[in-house]
Amino acid sequence: MVKRRPDVWQILSLVILAAFCLFLLWPLLCLFLSGFQGEEGQWTLENFVKFFSKRYYYQALWNSLSVAVCVTALTLLIGIPLAYCTTFFRVRGRGVLDLLIIIAMMSPPFIGAYSWILLCGRSGWVTTFFAEHLGIDIPTVYGFRGIVLVLTLKLYPFIYIYVSGALKRMDPSLMEAAESLGIHGIRKITSNVLPLIAPTALSAALLVFMNALADFGTPQLIGEGYVTMPTLIYTEFVNEMGGNASFAAALAALMVAITAVLFLLQKFYVDRRGYNMNSMRAPAAQPVAGWRGSVLHILLYGVVLFSLIPQVTVIYTSFLNANRMVFLKGYSLNSYVLAFQTLGGAIWNTVRMGSAAIFIIVILGVAIAYLSVRRRNIITGIIDTASMFPYIIPGSVLGITLLLTFNKRPWLWGGTAIIMVLSLVIRRLPYTLRSSSAILHQIPASLEEASVSLGVSPLKSFFRITTVLMLPGVFSGAILSWVTVINELSSSVILYSTKTRTLSVAVYSEVVRGSYGTAAALSTILTVLTLVSLLIAFRVSGNDELHL
Amino acid sequence: MSVSITMNNLVKRYGGQTVIPGLSLTIRNEEFFTLLGPSGCGKTTLLRMIAGFNGVDGGELYFDERPMMNIPAHRRNIGMVFQNYAIFPNMSVRKNVEYGFRARKVSKEEVRRRVDEILDVVRIREYQDRMPAQLSGGQLQRVALARAIVIHPSVLLMDEPLSNLDAKLRLDLRGAIRDVQKQVGITTCYVTHDQEEALAISDRIAVMNQGVIQQVGTPMEIYARPANGFVATFIGRSGLFRATAREDCLEFADGSRIPRPVGAAVAPGQQVALSIRPEELSPAASGLRAVVRSRTFLGKSLNYVLEFADGVALPGYPPIEYAQDFTGSCRMYEPGEVLFLQPDLGRVNVFTEDLSRSLMEGGGSHG
Ligand SMILES: Nc1ncnc2c1ncn2[C@@H]1O[C@H](COP(=O)(O)OP(=O)(O)O)[C@@H](O)[C@H]1O
Ligand SMILES: [Mg+2]
Repeated sequence: MVKRRPDVWQILSLVILAAFCLFLLWPLLCLFLSGFQGEEGQWTLENFVKFFSKRYYYQALWNSLSVAVCVTALTLLIGIPLAYCTTFFRVRGRGVLDLLIIIAMMSPPFIGAYSWILLCGRSGWVTTFFAEHLGIDIPTVYGFRGIVLVLTLKLYPFIYIYVSGALKRMDPSLMEAAESLGIHGIRKITSNVLPLIAPTALSAALLVFMNALADFGTPQLIGEGYVTMPTLIYTEFVNEMGGNASFAAALAALMVAITAVLFLLQKFYVDRRGYNMNSMRAPAAQPVAGWRGSVLHILLYGVVLFSLIPQVTVIYTSFLNANRMVFLKGYSLNSYVLAFQTLGGAIWNTVRMGSAAIFIIVILGVAIAYLSVRRRNIITGIIDTASMFPYIIPGSVLGITLLLTFNKRPWLWGGTAIIMVLSLVIRRLPYTLRSSSAILHQIPASLEEASVSLGVSPLKSFFRITTVLMLPGVFSGAILSWVTVINELSSSVILYSTKTRTLSVAVYSEVVRGSYGTAAALSTILTVLTLVSLLIAFRVSGNDELHL
Repeated sequence: MSVSITMNNLVKRYGGQTVIPGLSLTIRNEEFFTLLGPSGCGKTTLLRMIAGFNGVDGGELYFDERPMMNIPAHRRNIGMVFQNYAIFPNMSVRKNVEYGFRARKVSKEEVRRRVDEILDVVRIREYQDRMPAQLSGGQLQRVALARAIVIHPSVLLMDEPLSNLDAKLRLDLRGAIRDVQKQVGITTCYVTHDQEEALAISDRIAVMNQGVIQQVGTPMEIYARPANGFVATFIGRSGLFRATAREDCLEFADGSRIPRPVGAAVAPGQQVALSIRPEELSPAASGLRAVVRSRTFLGKSLNYVLEFADGVALPGYPPIEYAQDFTGSCRMYEPGEVLFLQPDLGRVNVFTEDLSRSLMEGGGSHG
């Protein structure tokens, strides 16, 4: 019989499993358990009874679900036709259009919220213009309306990107077959295209739903008393600070339960209905001439430019002459000067903690992808599943979880960069991990074996062959992780201290204080940082599609 | 340089399933040895055990006298050629071929000389600066072959290297592999499920089924004297009949008789199986009575699918065929026509009724 030494990968998988247990599973377990505990630590359901008996509380859940349902429906209504048009009709400046859509997706929603307040808020420019010059009182943008507007414009790109990917992979001969059977126009779409893209659209819709449900910044800024689950959890947690936070924990548990059920339902549906579409021949884009063409272009660009209004507004505002709260006449760089003087550290913090997080994310992403694709066993299976958890855990819930666990002895990590980086890693690892395993599935295992057979040790073969070939996939995932890391708000706002304040946290707190000038300057810096990252990514990877 | 490979009672399990229940085999130094068997019979598994990619659950493996069980794959000094080529897509042809020297202490000039030489031997020198994406499947497999043998491995292992290529290329490369192997003189273990390929290329063949070696021998031995019914039907085509041995003939269910095949050790009254290849039959005035079901023209020959009286053919096997050389002036038979056939008594094989063992004298040696 042959003795087998445990190899590097076995040791690594145990280490990663231990890390997952310590930093994710154990804290979550503690959180859920404390949701079932009372003031003195006794087991009870009183937190849940309290939630469902007071209208103020259960209304938040209802509000969250209403927002999420509306936003999902609207994003589908915008995203699917948009994807259909850009796939099947020849559109001028398609590359630019795609880039603009990605920018709309990548910028944080709270910047959207804040710009719409600037425009259509109580003393917003549009509101004031209508009131002063036309004598019309247009409805303001606060509450449900504003939240849905902001989230729809931020999230429709997810639908667009997923669905156009699916349409591109759709075999045009299916459409041709439908036409040969005399099925045309709308019926061709409803009977043929929609069923085929349904699984993809559903995955994307779920992503939108979860994002809308979990978003904290938007309802907090623009909600004005329209309480949603994440804002409720935040308020309860901040109020209970020092107590045992069991009510906030119960709320968090409730939310995770909802998202988990949705996630599993979606997975069940897609697994059963997933068509294997793989077409070599991309559908041909038809030219659209005359007035139809003009209408098409006006509509497409209209939607996309409308969704970019927040970015434009913020950048414009940042150059206005402002004195913290009030905008003065003319233009200046005052806001930037002020921003750098008081909050310059935030920029450095964003870059510093973001880089640390991305470094860990890339290493973990590659290692876990390799383990779960090439070394399948029970341990790597658990790791693979656990690494999906962050998809269903809202940022604010994760923030609370980590703080409750690691602000105690022996850790005492509250307010440190460690806990910030930890939450960034957990939240944004999935992007890099997914795209790393996707590319690894396309690299034959025999390449590494060929290298080993030629006398190069397995570990060296892994670095010389496999990692090199994985780079493109790792890179596109890492860019997505990076852009979402630097824009992260919902967990950071719970975990930050004055020493670890990031750009997005700074924007948020400046908006809350009403310092619109500095907020705009910081937002602009964040937008530019995001844009530069994306452009570098496109340049390096040589195409304008991110592999989601 | 090159070594012999000895396997002693090797065992491989996947979970609860035993894929190789205990296999012994010796591959001689410098010989071209082929593992032949249907898909899923464990050829790849065995080859990867020799390579060191698969763990061994029991038994022993030696290169010459050196035990290999505890030596990791990268220290076994093997050359391996994969079905999907496994050429590193990010390196040029030359870089691919040079790759193995990264793990070996060989001077720069020596590397250049040996790479140049091998590129000539497999005739890909003109492509040496191309990237793999610009090469065809056949060229890629030549690169893989060069890359595997340039390092002077002790054994060369190939897992269905031709099965992703089209028919014409397969023939070309088959010849190239054979030539290179003889030129370099390296012990080679070659895996294929294609019996024609195995017959054409090998010094010796081991026929495998369900993880068990059925027969080891030269291509001619295996073709002419299969050790059992599985080998007889897997190598080439064989029609199987059921017969009863009489004093000096074999009697079939319909009462027809043929003389006892040469070298068949059967006792009177014994139930046997008779295996006859399509080309071992010829029409005669008397013999086995058959009705022509259909006719196929194959160029070199005409193939007839035959039907016999109930109980003549062994049930559960493909229909029995007769191959008639096509000479242009031969008499062709039409579907529905009745003909009588005599087997070539020096070539047909007799097995026990359950097909498990050959009854031919000196025929069908086991591993
Ligand atoms: N990694 C594995 N895990 C479980 N079963 C396997 C594995 N690899 C091969 N097998 C099983 O072992 C048997 C032999 O496989 P293989 O050696 O690949 O056959 P061949 O190469 O002759 O086609 C098959 O039944 C296959 O399903
Ligand atoms: Mg195989």
